[in-house]
Amino acid sequence: MMEPTRDSRVLVVGAGQAAGELAGALRAGGHEGHVTLVGSEPHFPYTRPPLSKAYLRGEVAIAELYLRPADFYRDHDITVHRGVAVEWVDLHGRRAGCDDGSVLDWDRIVFATGGRPRRVADPGLESAGNVHYVRTIEDVERLRRTTIAGSRFAVVGGGYVGLEVAAVLRRLDARVTVIEAADRLLARVTSPVVSEFFLRVHTQEGVDVRLSAQVELFQVEDGNVSTVVLGDGSRIPVDQVLIGIGMVPNDEVAARAGLDVDNGIVVDEFCRTGTAGVYAIGDVARHPDPLNGGLRRLESMPNAAAQARLVAEDILGRGRPYNDLPWFWSDQYDVKLQAAGSSAGYDTVAVRGDAMSGRRFSVFYLRDGVVRAVDAICSPADFAAGKALIASSAVVPLSDLQDPSVPLRRRRSFTSEAS
Amino acid sequence: MARVIYVQPDGSSTTCAADGRSLMKVAVENLVPGIIGECGGDLSCATCHVFVDEAWFGKLKPRSDDEESLLDVTSEEPTETSRLSCQVTLTDDLDGIVVHVPSTQR
Ligand SMILES: Cc1cc2nc3c(=O)[nH]c(=O)nc-3n(C[C@H](O)[C@H](O)[C@H](O)COP(=O)(O)OP(=O)(O)OC[C@H]3O[C@@H](n4cnc5c(N)ncnc54)[C@H](O)[C@@H]3O)c2cc1C
Ligand code: FES
Repeated sequence: MMEPTRDSRVLVVGAGQAAGELAGALRAGGHEGHVTLVGSEPHFPYTRPPLSKAYLRGEVAIAELYLRPADFYRDHDITVHRGVAVEWVDLHGRRAGCDDGSVLDWDRIVFATGGRPRRVADPGLESAGNVHYVRTIEDVERLRRTTIAGSRFAVVGGGYVGLEVAAVLRRLDARVTVIEAADRLLARVTSPVVSEFFLRVHTQEGVDVRLSAQVELFQVEDGNVSTVVLGDGSRIPVDQVLIGIGMVPNDEVAARAGLDVDNGIVVDEFCRTGTAGVYAIGDVARHPDPLNGGLRRLESMPNAAAQARLVAEDILGRGRPYNDLPWFWSDQYDVKLQAAGSSAGYDTVAVRGDAMSGRRFSVFYLRDGVVRAVDAICSPADFAAGKALIASSAVVPLSDLQDPSVPLRRRRSFTSEAS
Repeated sequence: MARVIYVQPDGSSTTCAADGRSLMKVAVENLVPGIIGECGGDLSCATCHVFVDEAWFGKLKPRSDDEESLLDVTSEEPTETSRLSCQVTLTDDLDGIVVHVPSTQR
């Protein structure tokens, strides 16, 4: 490993969530060398979660999406090349070439290239005018320029992004059909109990949810999708189509440079690739899973931020292995989900509260008697308790977890009225 | 423009000037240690906890129910003057507000 120096030049490929956090953490930690971000979007680093929530609802201004204002980068001597893509990286010559013709030298390089929406392999769809994806500010602005109230939207994909967008569209009075290929919503990321819950909520809110539904054909008329035809022959007439079928990591530049790539850039627990001074963080980083072994890729803002801080520390010579507890949240209608841990391989599910009616309960996932993950629905206290239980590998009686009247964590009251 | 003073557990402080943004955002923009804001202000993480100076607490708009329930998630025990700084907007009438940063957020 190269000796860390305070004046080494750090080049960050990408200028999204992870890149923005890294730049801030480097300066906060005392890094004095050049910090350069190269991002293909025309923006300073911004945060994506509001894109499918408050920003789509029109409740927050674009300025609030930016991690930090433009002045910050100037004041802290951080160069941000916006609207520029890195095309190649020479790991041995320590240079990188951009699509504006510039060539940049670096001592450390961090891939923070995130991902792009997975596209439907249908050439007709690529040119259709009413097909949307939600990953960038421009995607959401394009969606918001359409007439939403009263229009018929098909949302293809019942994952978090698709469901959050469906919820906002309903609140804006659109008619929404969600088309999901699996036999339940959120199948990749949560348990049947929580899937059932979100199915109930969306149905109550007036969404037409089609499960086990395969899209047979997007029928295009006059340059727009007019009908979505499903495998069972049903036809859904639409005004707009939103595709939310996941993300593909942007790992091609790294692969061409000769780095180990396997559905993301492979790194160790320090977010280091096999080449000294070369890192990957955020959605694109495939890193060791301390909870289950093997490698995993996380697509969440806390992960992007935590890995950014970790690499900043590593560059400053204070690296530590990544073992932050993964967590995530989602807002749909009046429902806030907070999830932590890794439910993979659970053998027991403890439901705390009423999952069958109402909108407040939590689910704990156990393996060998130990809490491994929690999904808390409008139950922040259970989320906090769950995180503490996971971190301590505590063994808690199942009956305590299942009984909302048994407190899982004691705290004194902080409100004057209640004390 | 209004000023906000962030006081660290060791007594050192940072004074920042801004307006119309949340105390979490202002802290992040100024690299104030100890205020993380992991969810970007979406009332989901409670890593933006601060203890508002007694003299200032009463001048703030009351907490929402959502903020109250999330205060239960903070790493350091909340007190009567605890707030989630992403929920407090720095306005002119708060010029000079003093907030204390807890020793842990996660
Ligand atoms: C709609 C939506 C809602 C979400 N909601 C939540 C949520 O509620 N909670 C949560 O925890 N997470 C949420 N996420 C996930 C979260 O936004 C991501 O995990 C996070 O943005 C990852 O940060 P990143 O920096 O790794 O990637 P990104 O933010 O995607 O940034 C990568 C950047 O690199 C650029 N880039 C790629 N290749 C190159 C190149 N060769 N040269 C230059 N630039 C390049 C890209 O254009 C992009 O700007 C959501 C994501 C989306 C899309
Ligand atoms: S920033 Fe997450 S709750 Fe305030």
